[in-house]
Amino acid sequence: MSAKIPSPAVTTETSAFWGKANDGVLALPHCQACGKIHWYPRANCPFCSSDKIELKPAKGSGTIYSFSVSRRGKDDSYVIAYVTLDEGVTMMTNIVNADASALKIGQKVRVAFVPSADGQKVPMFEVA
Amino acid sequence: MSIKNRSYLVGAYEHPTRHAPDKTLVQLHAECAYGAIADSGLSKNDIDAYYFAGDASGLSAMSLVDYMNLKVRHVDCTETGGTSYLIHVSHAAQAIAAGKCNAALITLAGRPRSEGSSGAVPRATADASPEAQWEAPFSATTVNLYALCAQRHMHEFGTTPEQLAWVKVAASQHAQYNPNAMLKNVVTVEDVVNSPMVASPLHRLDCCVVSDGGGAVIVARPEIAKALKRPRVALLGAGEAIKGQNGGEIDLMTSGAAIAGPIAFAEAGVTPSDIKYASIYDSFTITVVMQLEDLGFCKKGEGGRFVADGGLIAGSGRLPFNTDGGGLCNNHPSNRGGMTKIIEAVRQLRGEAHPKLQVANCNLALAQGTGGRLGSRHGSATLIMERQ
Repeated sequence: MSAKIPSPAVTTETSAFWGKANDGVLALPHCQACGKIHWYPRANCPFCSSDKIELKPAKGSGTIYSFSVSRRGKDDSYVIAYVTLDEGVTMMTNIVNADASALKIGQKVRVAFVPSADGQKVPMFEVA
Repeated sequence: MSIKNRSYLVGAYEHPTRHAPDKTLVQLHAECAYGAIADSGLSKNDIDAYYFAGDASGLSAMSLVDYMNLKVRHVDCTETGGTSYLIHVSHAAQAIAAGKCNAALITLAGRPRSEGSSGAVPRATADASPEAQWEAPFSATTVNLYALCAQRHMHEFGTTPEQLAWVKVAASQHAQYNPNAMLKNVVTVEDVVNSPMVASPLHRLDCCVVSDGGGAVIVARPEIAKALKRPRVALLGAGEAIKGQNGGEIDLMTSGAAIAGPIAFAEAGVTPSDIKYASIYDSFTITVVMQLEDLGFCKKGEGGRFVADGGLIAGSGRLPFNTDGGGLCNNHPSNRGGMTKIIEAVRQLRGEAHPKLQVANCNLALAQGTGGRLGSRHGSATLIMERQ
């Protein structure tokens, strides 16, 4: 558990996603009406408005779309990033357990669940 | 219905303070309002519309109208972050053209410097924001949500830290003539790239200032503008947009200016090459580069080369920008730079900019705003104004 990672404010709309995250599964919302995957998870498809959304496990792999090494206080830093999953959507995340000075856009990464302040696991990524 | 030539910017006032621990927020709003009213030559009773963005939690237009004892018949609380005030000008022009009001007052004020605000730490997000749970765990901050765009821009187009630094250099060249500017020292490219990294690839000097203060403008119908003694600044065109994460189909290389800009240019009937002076929202150096591309001042990906080697310095560069010193050096009150973008454009069109920086024959100006976070979701607005 890391006190440095703020826990997500889980809602009724997203509790299923976060429950799967605690089981180590990165789930993606698939629209049963138009077939598209969206990010971030929500009750209605942002493309066709349908409420027929099914959470399906993602492969858990992707590539770095962009990243920034950010300072946290005087002596600490973290890497915020957008990762494009193999399924096509791009999500905000952190890159962890990496040599930040060697990171590159386009690098392949794999999901790693990290417990946040209250224990809820959040999807972060490691270099594959 | 077009708003072209249907309204004029008749009053503009930038509060001189950059640090106001001894003033309340509403007091700053009122001082800005009264400054703009005095600048226009109108009286407070002529104001019949008020525009206010939610620039402080819990503060409403109702409170401010009551505090200043305004008598209004039209009100608008559009809130799109730092670009709200450009959208307010556009909406005021629409309301005037529709006969809903005659003279609209728009105010901005804030005390982020006194309150210890920083763009480098996560800000509290409203509980109702659906995106909070998808961004807070990753410590998204204002700075790193722009840094993500800068990093990708460097990857796709070969933009360099030195090219971004030229934006700050140009702003500092201008700020040296502004006695109210928070940062008046001229800086070099080396100063910028050697300043501490806040969120790679953005250094401390790639970031705007955190200042207290505010400003106000008044938009009025043509009959009122023509009866006043001030130089006349007409609104020719306006555009607005909100750009976000597109359901996960994220494209960080295009800002909302790619939507707002063409709408404004089409309405005004002019092109980027006609613009003599541009106020470009400069929360960070990358913000300027991307907006210049999206507005069509250069092709996508060429913004770095466009701003390099003094491209934005008044008198010598290809496009004089932010001659007040901008948000990067002069003022970014309430962490919102839209109002000061409008005000400096009005100064240039009136011929009231600093003599060292006044653009010769400045008859056509653009003001561009980007509010929120370029790397997640943001409001964008473009105004095109003409001296008549």
